Amino acid sequence: MNTQKINYQEVKGWGIDADPLNEPTYPMKEGDAEDKITIWERPDQQQASMEVLTSNERATIPAVFGQTIAPQGISGHIRRYAFNHSESRYRHWIPLLIADRINEIEGIIDDFKHGKAPHILLEKGWRARWKLNKKSVMKKAGIGLLLAVTAAVLVKRKPS
Amino acid sequence: MQAINYRGPFRIRVEDKPIPEIQHPRDAIVQVTRACICGSDLHLYHGMVPDTRVGTTFGHEFIGIVQEVGTEVHNLGVGDSVLVPFNIACGQCVFCKQGLFAYCHESNAMSSTVGGVFGYSHIAGGFDGGQAEYVRVPYADIGPTVIPDGMNEEDALLLTDVLPTGYYAAEMGGIKKGDTVVVFGAGPVGIMAARCAWLFGAGRVIVIDHLEYRLDFVRKYAPCEAYNFKSIEDPVLFIKRQTDWLGADVCIDAVGSDACGNMMQTLTGKKLLLQAGAATALHWAINSVKKGGIVSIVGVYGPTDNLIPIGNAVNKGITIRAGQTSVKRLLPRLIEHVQQGILSPREIITHRFALEDAADAYHIFSSKLDDCIKPVLVPSAV
Ligand SMILES: NC(=O)c1ccc[n+]([C@@H]2O[C@H](COP(=O)([O-])OP(=O)(O)OC[C@H]3O[C@@H](n4cnc5c(N)ncnc54)[C@H](O)[C@@H]3O)[C@@H](O)[C@H]2O)c1
Ligand SMILES: [Zn+2]
Ligand SMILES: [Zn+2]
Repeated sequence: MNTQKINYQEVKGWGIDADPLNEPTYPMKEGDAEDKITIWERPDQQQASMEVLTSNERATIPAVFGQTIAPQGISGHIRRYAFNHSESRYRHWIPLLIADRINEIEGIIDDFKHGKAPHILLEKGWRARWKLNKKSVMKKAGIGLLLAVTAAVLVKRKPS
Repeated sequence: MQAINYRGPFRIRVEDKPIPEIQHPRDAIVQVTRACICGSDLHLYHGMVPDTRVGTTFGHEFIGIVQEVGTEVHNLGVGDSVLVPFNIACGQCVFCKQGLFAYCHESNAMSSTVGGVFGYSHIAGGFDGGQAEYVRVPYADIGPTVIPDGMNEEDALLLTDVLPTGYYAAEMGGIKKGDTVVVFGAGPVGIMAARCAWLFGAGRVIVIDHLEYRLDFVRKYAPCEAYNFKSIEDPVLFIKRQTDWLGADVCIDAVGSDACGNMMQTLTGKKLLLQAGAATALHWAINSVKKGGIVSIVGVYGPTDNLIPIGNAVNKGITIRAGQTSVKRLLPRLIEHVQQGILSPREIITHRFALEDAADAYHIFSSKLDDCIKPVLVPSAV
């Protein structure tokens, strides 16, 4: 274990940004009263071209927002429900987490609909895993094989 | 264009997506030349951030070339090389006016907490990120900064988040000359926090992690003392011993919700999702800091609850400061430090991948394989 102390005077740049006035509320306390406005001149409003869910803790939609993926399908219904509740409630977050998991399945169905099977192993970086961590690949493959064999034996044993 | 496409936890692929278009007069379209993967992206990749929709393109640390500007962007021209801070900020709301660009109120519809962030799920505004060939940059008249002549482009790349975040962590520590600073986490952010703690006059800097290769790196880079918590039974007790039994003046959490090191935290935070990630490092930070000391949190946590010893925070009278970095506020000073050779952030980059290989890059960075510290993605067109 390294217990060698560093001689700070020799560290490049030591103390150049030391600021005895730095105190906990910085930079909130920066700026003067006129910066503490609650109403400001708003930027031009971006126009929505898809459904954008908005936190109910806001009075208005912000001037600019992301329009990448609209809520869709079952996950979309759940997301809409979540956004009826404030960010302070589990009713907001738990549905969103559930929606994410459902969305994953929707993604796979969607891939098949578009005529392609997702290369899940490649997506999970198994190429790199094989190159750098063969042990973990072997372990996972071993466990998989074991489970498959056990399942096969159990199925065979079942009295008909 | 090629862009990464999130398909669910631990699943990333690179696919064709339409090139983004201007949606607002203050937008720009930037052709990405380099994009990092960040520890924050790992929270998304691990499926821990609610409202991360399938199909999202991640990436909030990138540099590139301006391809197109909206009618109200006058400070940038087509062809400019820019570094783009990870915050999307209007520059005129009450928060931006105070330099709190990370909390802009005009850039995130989906949450009232943080402002917009590129490629950081719908919690952070639902914008696509820069792990792609092109990206839409809103409020392009505020965030993007032309890369100064002569600056190495990978130094510029790390000015979009990691260096400012390490610096911010140290700044929030309110470090006074001679203070002992303990940094939890020797990832890119922790490494930068340790390096920057010296700039604020720290007298002693200690880093805690469990990955030997990262500890070795930070020992030389910061430079600092660095210890492996796997070989210490109780990190809090260890720090007390190291500090005349009083605790550190400042503790920095540069780990966030993917922490390991405490079985209960891992089980409830990462496996059962009963809390918003594992708060192991923050727990240690609160208990290791001196009475009256400061805990500075830049590690990212989910939006719900975490198990931390708040009673101890009260009993010890400590100050807790936390935040997403307002990159733009810190840029002028940090550009100066980089130009003068005081800070050399690009040295933490260990891996460069073609954008097409993003799935492998994510896996390697997430599993900490091949001594990876900071990976960069390079689109094929550049
Ligand atoms: N506030 C901001 O603006 C901001 C910006 C960027 C990143 N972040 C956050 O900072 C954190 C670190 O980012 P990074 O890119 O360095 O990620 P990283 O995953 O590369 O590094 C995290 C490090 O913490 C170590 N670690 C795990 N458990 C630990 C523990 N209990 N004690 C000490 N170390 C522990 C890991 O081994 C790893 O080296 C993330 O949570 C990220 O989201 C915040
Ligand atoms: Zn980042
Ligand atoms: Zn703003």
